[in-house]
Amino acid sequence: MDIHNFTPFSALAGGILIGLSAVFLLLSSGRIAGISGLVQGALINESIQKRGQCTLFLGGLIGGALLYRMSPGAITSITLEAPIMLLVIGGILTGFGTALGSGCTSGHGICGLARKSTRSLVATFTFMTAGIATVYFLRHILGG
Amino acid sequence: MLRAICILFSGLVFGLGLCVSQMVNPVKVLGFLDIAGQWDPSLAFVMIGALLVATPGFFFVLKRQAPMFAKTFPTLTESGIDTQLIMGGLIFGCGWGLVGLCPGPAIASIAYGLPSSLIFIAALIAGMSLANSFTTALKRF
Repeated sequence: MDIHNFTPFSALAGGILIGLSAVFLLLSSGRIAGISGLVQGALINESIQKRGQCTLFLGGLIGGALLYRMSPGAITSITLEAPIMLLVIGGILTGFGTALGSGCTSGHGICGLARKSTRSLVATFTFMTAGIATVYFLRHILGG
Repeated sequence: MLRAICILFSGLVFGLGLCVSQMVNPVKVLGFLDIAGQWDPSLAFVMIGALLVATPGFFFVLKRQAPMFAKTFPTLTESGIDTQLIMGGLIFGCGWGLVGLCPGPAIASIAYGLPSSLIFIAALIAGMSLANSFTTALKRF
C-alpha cells in the first residue's frame, strides 16, 4: 500500500467541526444533519416552514465554505476533473441512491453511526464498498 | 428567530468543516476511495473526528425532553435492513466513486465557483426526484 497526500490533522479538525454542527443542529432545532435529506426537504414534500429551515441550513453550508475560502492560509481551489457526461451520470446516481437509501455520508455515515443505528452502519458499509469498487474499476481495470 | 439563527450557524460550521477537512475536494475523496492506488487515508479521520464529537453529543442531546427551539425530536424509527437501503447504498456509492462528490460537499462546492459543480447538483436533484417518484410508484403495487 502506497500512502499519499495524507493530511490527518486538518481532516480530524474538519471532522470535529462537522460533528459539532450535527450536535448543535439536533440540540437547537431537532433536525438531523443529513444533507441529502435537507436538499430534498428544501425542494420537495415539506411544509413551507420546513423548506425554509432546510434552505437556511444549505445557505449556511455555502456561506461557511465561502468564509473558509476567504480566511488566510486556506486552500482556495478544488479539483473536479470529471467530464460533463460523468458529472451528469454521477449526479443522478448519487441523488437516486441517497434518496432511495434515505441518507448519504452525513446522514448515515455521521448522524446514523453517532446514534448507533444498525441500518446506518449497513448503509455506510455498502456505499463505501461500492465507492471503492467503482474507483478500482475506473482507475485499475479501465485505466490500468 | 433564534431557531433560524441556530440552523444558519449549524450550516456555517458544517460548511467550514467540509472545507477544512478537504472533504469538499473531489480529488481528495477519490484518493481516499482508491485503496489499491496512491491511497490517501485522510478522510477516515474526518469520520473519526465527527464521530468523536457526535456520538457523545447525540447521546446527551437525545436524553432531553425536547430540542431547545422545537417541540419534539424527529422519530428515528429503525425500519430494518431492506432492499431499498442496500440498493440505495450501492447506487450512491457508484455515483460517489465516479465523481468524488456526495451531497454535502456538492452543495458546499458552489462556493468555489466551478460550473461543473452546478451541473452535478442539477443531476443530483433530478436523481432525487426520480427516486421519490420510483418509491411512490412502488408503494402503489
